[in-house]
Amino acid sequence: MRLNVLLFASWSDALGPQVVVDLPEGARVADLVTELAGRASGKVLPRPLVAVNHRYARSDAVIAAGDEVALIPPVAGG
Amino acid sequence: MRTALVEHPLDPAALLAEVEDQGSGASTLFVGTVRRTNQGREVTGIDYSAYAPMAERELATIVAEAAARFGTTHIVVEHRLGTLALGEASIVIAVSHARRAPAMDAQRFLIEEIKQRVPIWKREHYVDGERAWTDNAGGAVPAAPDALSAS
Repeated sequence: MRLNVLLFASWSDALGPQVVVDLPEGARVADLVTELAGRASGKVLPRPLVAVNHRYARSDAVIAAGDEVALIPPVAGG
Repeated sequence: MRTALVEHPLDPAALLAEVEDQGSGASTLFVGTVRRTNQGREVTGIDYSAYAPMAERELATIVAEAAARFGTTHIVVEHRLGTLALGEASIVIAVSHARRAPAMDAQRFLIEEIKQRVPIWKREHYVDGERAWTDNAGGAVPAAPDALSAS
């Protein structure tokens, strides 16, 4: 399946605000992070969380085609 | 209860007025502002950005949690986005409650949860011209990273 993944802050600076990722059906959040960390190889980036459909997702959560997926670097609100 | 992400200067007094209620015996107001130094570096301003739909959802969730936990619906939170100068308010939280202790506890709960959970980021501008993303754990990521790999 093909996913459009939203990126923010330092991850957006490194890879752009949005990237397209091809993952096998049944792929999990951890697989997505591994794929994107590979693309960012050689750059200093903080470990991100992942949001699926605007909620934080566990690393073993399965991603479905059509989900809105975003990488969430360490937050700094307030 | 109301939450908002806004791109204009915040008005703490207006938010305090918004939570006023004759059943309340205490109102608290928290104003977070842009500080001149961070991690020993001189800051000239901060850019705040958000993953807006999720940030709005998470803010509303946290406020609902505070309402259930502390027993008041008189809560308003506004977070500003965009470029802020020194001293400008980035967040205002107003709470009122029948009693002072839960009003203050709710206030503390709200700011701590917001800092940990809401997808908002800040990039600090320093006096030497450099800019860096910082997080609420105190880390700073160089604007032009080049050494280690993501993990």
